[in-house]
Amino acid sequence: MRYDITLSISHDYGVPSAHARTLVRLLPANLAGRQNVLSRLLTVEPRPDERRDGEDFFGNVMTTLAFHRPIDRVELTLKARVERLAAPPRLDLSSDLPGLAAEVAGYRGLEAGGPVHYLGASPRVAPDAGISDFARAQIGPGMTVLQVVEAVGHALHDVLEFDAEATDVHTPPSEAFAQRHGVCQDFSHIMIAGLRALGIPAGYVSGFLRTLPPPGQPRLEGADAMHAWVSAWCGVEEGWIEFDPTNACAVRRDHVAVAYGRDYGDVAPVKGVLRTEGPQTSSQVVDVRPLA
Amino acid sequence: MRAASHPPDRFRALLADYDVPPNVADELLDADGAMRPVWVPFIEQLAALSPEEVGAHFARGDQYLRDAGVFYRRYSSEPQQERDWPLSHVPVILQERDWAGICAGLAQRAELLEAVMADLYGPARLVREGHLPAELIAQNPEWHRALVGVRPASGHFLHFLAFEIGRSPDGSWLVLGDRAQAPSGAGFALENRMATARVFPDPFPRANVRRLAGFFRAFREAMDRMPGAQGRRTAILTPGPGTDTYFEHAYIARYLGLVLLEGEDLIIRNGAVQVRTVSGPQPVGVLWRRLDAAFADPLELNETSQIGTPGLVDAVRQSSVNVVNALGSGLLETRALMAFLPKIAEVLLGAPLALPNIATWWCGQPSERAYVKAHAEGMFVSEALSRALPFDIGQASALGGALRGPQDQPFEAWIDANARDLVGQEAVTLSTTPAWVDGRLLPRPMTVRVFAARTPKGWTFLPGGYARIGRTDDATALSMQQGGSVADVWVMRDGPAAEETLFEPGSFRREDSGTLPSRAADNLLWLGRYVERSEGAIRLLRAYHLRLAETGNVGDPRLSRIADHLAELSLDVSAPVYTALEPSLSATRQCAGRVRDRFSVDGWAALSDLISSVAEVSGSLRPGDDCARALGILLRKITGFNGLVHENMHRTSPWRFLTFGRAIERADGAAAVLVSFAGEDITPGLLDIALEYADSRITHQRRYRIDPTRDTVSDLIALDAYNPRAIRFQVTSMRRIAEDLPFARVEGRVSAVLRPLLRLETDLAIANPADVTADRLRALRSELRDVSGGLSSTYLV
Repeated sequence: MRYDITLSISHDYGVPSAHARTLVRLLPANLAGRQNVLSRLLTVEPRPDERRDGEDFFGNVMTTLAFHRPIDRVELTLKARVERLAAPPRLDLSSDLPGLAAEVAGYRGLEAGGPVHYLGASPRVAPDAGISDFARAQIGPGMTVLQVVEAVGHALHDVLEFDAEATDVHTPPSEAFAQRHGVCQDFSHIMIAGLRALGIPAGYVSGFLRTLPPPGQPRLEGADAMHAWVSAWCGVEEGWIEFDPTNACAVRRDHVAVAYGRDYGDVAPVKGVLRTEGPQTSSQVVDVRPLA
Repeated sequence: MRAASHPPDRFRALLADYDVPPNVADELLDADGAMRPVWVPFIEQLAALSPEEVGAHFARGDQYLRDAGVFYRRYSSEPQQERDWPLSHVPVILQERDWAGICAGLAQRAELLEAVMADLYGPARLVREGHLPAELIAQNPEWHRALVGVRPASGHFLHFLAFEIGRSPDGSWLVLGDRAQAPSGAGFALENRMATARVFPDPFPRANVRRLAGFFRAFREAMDRMPGAQGRRTAILTPGPGTDTYFEHAYIARYLGLVLLEGEDLIIRNGAVQVRTVSGPQPVGVLWRRLDAAFADPLELNETSQIGTPGLVDAVRQSSVNVVNALGSGLLETRALMAFLPKIAEVLLGAPLALPNIATWWCGQPSERAYVKAHAEGMFVSEALSRALPFDIGQASALGGALRGPQDQPFEAWIDANARDLVGQEAVTLSTTPAWVDGRLLPRPMTVRVFAARTPKGWTFLPGGYARIGRTDDATALSMQQGGSVADVWVMRDGPAAEETLFEPGSFRREDSGTLPSRAADNLLWLGRYVERSEGAIRLLRAYHLRLAETGNVGDPRLSRIADHLAELSLDVSAPVYTALEPSLSATRQCAGRVRDRFSVDGWAALSDLISSVAEVSGSLRPGDDCARALGILLRKITGFNGLVHENMHRTSPWRFLTFGRAIERADGAAAVLVSFAGEDITPGLLDIALEYADSRITHQRRYRIDPTRDTVSDLIALDAYNPRAIRFQVTSMRRIAEDLPFARVEGRVSAVLRPLLRLETDLAIANPADVTADRLRALRSELRDVSGGLSSTYLV
């Protein structure tokens, strides 16, 4: 499936800022065998004094923008054409939880694709007893890790209600879980916390969702803005799988990935620091259109 | 117990109670109770003094520390919160040969840490080959992913290290902890030396003690030689006055002639680090970092940091700045690393550790966990990823098999449940050293912090150090946590030690004065304003209480006029004096705290004195006479502070901004007072208040020889060119300062500060008293705001 993606994000600053520096992670990723970027272009208005693309630890494209003059508004526009390939169906090769623990403990390596970064606490996902208990309750006898991941994801989808008003970008997962409301970021953070509590390495994926569903299917939640889902490590054989807890589905052809990390903090689409005070407002418009 | 065996008679009284606990090494006495020769000259000197004389000597050291402004721990802008520096006046004395062995071992350890750092931020061979568990790195908050793969500009990650060492019962030395993030204490070691030198001023035995200055000189030169350091600033990057060790940052900056910066002072432009100064951005080549890496860059490190510099990691990535030590080096302080370093030394250096570190077992490994459980009684079990020293005990820990704090499970179950997060460390026994306690020498446990600096010729060591002395005679390392005292460390040669100086003899360097960081300038400007604002408030408050004493009538129109005027400044005349003055005084204190490195010790003391006396006099004052008299005292103290500043401060940028702040506030205050007290309304006595505010009654009498009229008062307080309380006088002094500031005239155009000042100065020079209407004064105050805005936009952004 091919998509044309357009995204525009604008920030308005009440008081013009003298120096601004922004890290942007918006360019869709090239993922061997799963996702090909046919074209991608990020435009920035007004024109930044500095602009450079680099790669972060996780392999995401990170665009650095800097302004050395007062600006009161920044507009980022992304246009991309991406081909999303559906992985062929395969057997569940994942081990059970004790087997996974042994594999993680024996894992030697610090590269981003290894499981060791995605356990324990990360800056925005602290362990939470409530989430841990909930996740533990989903384990059934003889389940493989992949089955556990799906069970936790489905169970969370059942108890959590999608609600764009209940949380904001800084809400910790414990709080969102306690009130059982949130958006894709909260769903994903809660699921990550749950999986990690079970010893399953889990990370955060930012990306896009097709705006309109294929004919006859319901519209997916989270298509109005950038989306997020979960990536989980199911052992050396099975490797990483991706699950979208907001829509209780495996990530296949309707998702376009942008960036991977431990939690939202690693992949935040726009991270900015301004030498200014005063109110800021921002808006986001997304369109993900399948090509005929 | 081990006491001194056969001490000579002259030592007997001094050592009467010196009983070393069993199975403990002692610095003063060897295993047979004989005094180590290296101590004899010192003990001779001490024994020759009566207890009273000893007390007098110690007091000299304490006085030095107070005068130098060295206080303990909690630095804050609140002078009252500081406690006396806990100097144990008896130094720790080590033989030079013993010391050389320590340094050789630590030099090897420094190289090892460098190699570990290079590996963990590079190929990670140690993890791939199984010498280090991946999770101890991947889940370590001090392993910063943003820095992985980044090579330092100088080719080295580590330049300045500290090691906490202790002596085992068998007399050998042991490393208790590595400090690699931002080691503190070297400045305090220097201050301990200065103080101890005043305690024991006799040339012998000190003549044989190795000097400290050479170490600092070598490190300063090493920083100057880093790539790209030439022609750029070398700075200390501090987290700011909120930190315990801020005093030390300011002290070392002053001592070495480095500029003291906070994250906010820096901007990153095209990958280069620049400091915002009143002369515009200037390049920075070396940052001696004293803040934890996580807070250094909110964009790529801890995003909640308020004290970092956005883009600093990017600048490091582009090798445009040397950071000492490299961001990420805090990783090396991890407790659990100690468990693996002995093996890693063999892997990376091909040799065993020359100086062992404290025995450590990571409970994530089954056999190590079993060992910790089996030997719990001699073990301290704590968080594996903690960076604290072994004697800093946190919440989740167990000593001798007993869990600390409320725990709901037995020790062994606790270890099993948290195995991967725990390490066991041997509960080591330290050596004891003499401390003066209640008039006698007693053995107390000690550790020594040793400082190492990388120079082009290799690692060099501060020949001395920072010793911590335990409070009780319990010699386990854990007794150190209760906070005892600190002591100087003397490394004794057999013969006299060479004199050392910070600078090459005969050479001198002169720092250019145009590089005042904008943030410091801003704080100095506001310090000037707040001191003046406080003075104005005190003057009016005193005028109020004088008249209250005179009439006893709060309803007097003059009183209510003063009350109204002060209310506009958010000051409540009916509140107790301290409460009323608190807002402007606390603002003064804050500004001063942020530029403490630019103050003389006397200036700081004068300000502390002013603030504490407000608190003191305020308590039991009755409105009226009582208050007026107390306020008079405060006025004299403010004058004392101003006098110190203006008599002693160099006429460079810091003085200019401080004085400019005072001038603008004084001009503005005078204009406001003229509006309130010399307006159309002719209530009797108001003009007197204006004159009193401007301290100009006597001048008025002498010059005009009539009772004050609106015209004479306006003439004297607004238009006089020679009255330092007059608006015109202050405008002229601001104009002169503005002429001396950078960018005063660029390509024939005057600066945004100078332009409104030139206009205003001319206006005041040609005005008649009748022109000084309330409307004109209000306009003038708004013009002063333009001056202030021009100053900000030109120098302070």
